[in-house]
Amino acid sequence: MIGIVDYGMGNLLSVYNAFDYLGAAVTICKHPEDLAGVDRIVIPGVGAFKDCIDKINQTGFFEALNEEVLKNAKPTLGICLGMQVMGKRSFEGGEFIGLGWFDADIVRLTPSDPTLRVPNIGWNTIKYNKDVPLFKGLPDEPDFYLVHSYYMKANDPKDVVAIYDYTYDVTASVLKNNIFATQFHPEKSQEFGLKILENFIDWKP
Amino acid sequence: MSKKRLIPKLQLRTASYNPNKMVLVVTKQFNEVIEIGDPVSQAKIFQAQAADELIFINIDRHNKDIKKLSGIINKVSEEIFMPITVGGGIKTSDDFRELLSNGADKISINTSAVIRPELITETSEKYGAQCVVVSIDFKKDEQGEYWVYINGGQEKTSYHPLDWALKAEKLGAGELLLCNISFDGMREGLDLEIIKSISENSSIPVIASGGCGLAQHFADGFLKGKADAVAAGSFFAHRDQNFMQTRSQIKNAGINIRMHL
Repeated sequence: MIGIVDYGMGNLLSVYNAFDYLGAAVTICKHPEDLAGVDRIVIPGVGAFKDCIDKINQTGFFEALNEEVLKNAKPTLGICLGMQVMGKRSFEGGEFIGLGWFDADIVRLTPSDPTLRVPNIGWNTIKYNKDVPLFKGLPDEPDFYLVHSYYMKANDPKDVVAIYDYTYDVTASVLKNNIFATQFHPEKSQEFGLKILENFIDWKP
Repeated sequence: MSKKRLIPKLQLRTASYNPNKMVLVVTKQFNEVIEIGDPVSQAKIFQAQAADELIFINIDRHNKDIKKLSGIINKVSEEIFMPITVGGGIKTSDDFRELLSNGADKISINTSAVIRPELITETSEKYGAQCVVVSIDFKKDEQGEYWVYINGGQEKTSYHPLDWALKAEKLGAGELLLCNISFDGMREGLDLEIIKSISENSSIPVIASGGCGLAQHFADGFLKGKADAVAAGSFFAHRDQNFMQTRSQIKNAGINIRMHL
């Protein structure tokens, strides 16, 4: 059973529908204690970092996530803000502490070409590490849908398994043990996105 | 680098034959409405053709029922896995929540943003700028001057489209959706003048719409209008358009767009 963390932010329905469409058993976890009953965890999220981490703390998900993701090592997927919140700290609208699963800062996109927009909204070509099983079955340079103004700047380059070019390399995916996260939205990236979610369903870290 | 986007615009209104059903329509200059079918099945066709995103707008002047609109989006999101923007009659932060929790990714506001500009800031802070699309309808008046119009093009405002666009950006809009009302459904090309001036002066993405009838018109929107995305209603809905063929033509004009599924 895949559990989608509902801490009161973001478009859970699309993520839920995508797993459901793929035939996976999926449930929404509204309470921290629900996480104990699932085998895999998905942390979605759209919006601002501060609201996100505040809600994770207020709802009691902080402890439950650390227990199930770090201690019990359940395969975990973070999407967009759900990826950023796994970093150590974010500079979005101040300075805020995240879950700290990745040694990384969340910083603003600063493309050197002034005609490039922030937020970056749209399809970008991703370059990925072919040894990562979560990317199995993708063509060489697939396009994925991104919408963000901030990104994860990882201090350990080993964690970064996919990038895209926005006048410099922007982190598109990170992987560490049982934790995988994408800045892009697999649930909004049509066939290739569904492929990644399908790989996550079968993933054995 | 983000690819340029092609976006079918699906306009909805209450079916003439059934007050409980919403149907897909195409329009000319915001009038002359023609019903052309079911929005959910059309959305599936666009997905099969690898459209980059979809925009759903309720253009019904009398029925602005958010629940009915969110019901359609809920159905669409069961099978459509691409970004979805929804607009038409959205007035409050709660309307945003209702639509976002039913599968919308971005919300387009138009009349309500002009009447109460704080709505832009409020929703941008609450849901993130990326989900606040400010839709701007405009046209030239008899004196040849551009003005923004609201209420489905029926009411003239005191804004020039560029001024309103820049103000909306400052207030927290994440994207701008532009449409010249006089060009709508005419298939003679986009209003490149206004699109270009807004694209060059704002730093958020611009979606150009209103008037595409040929692949060349899309290419012009990107090359001359400097738009980030081009949306079209009639173009994709009316003729049996081969999306992939249109894409090749746009690509051949030198535009960086998504080619494969």
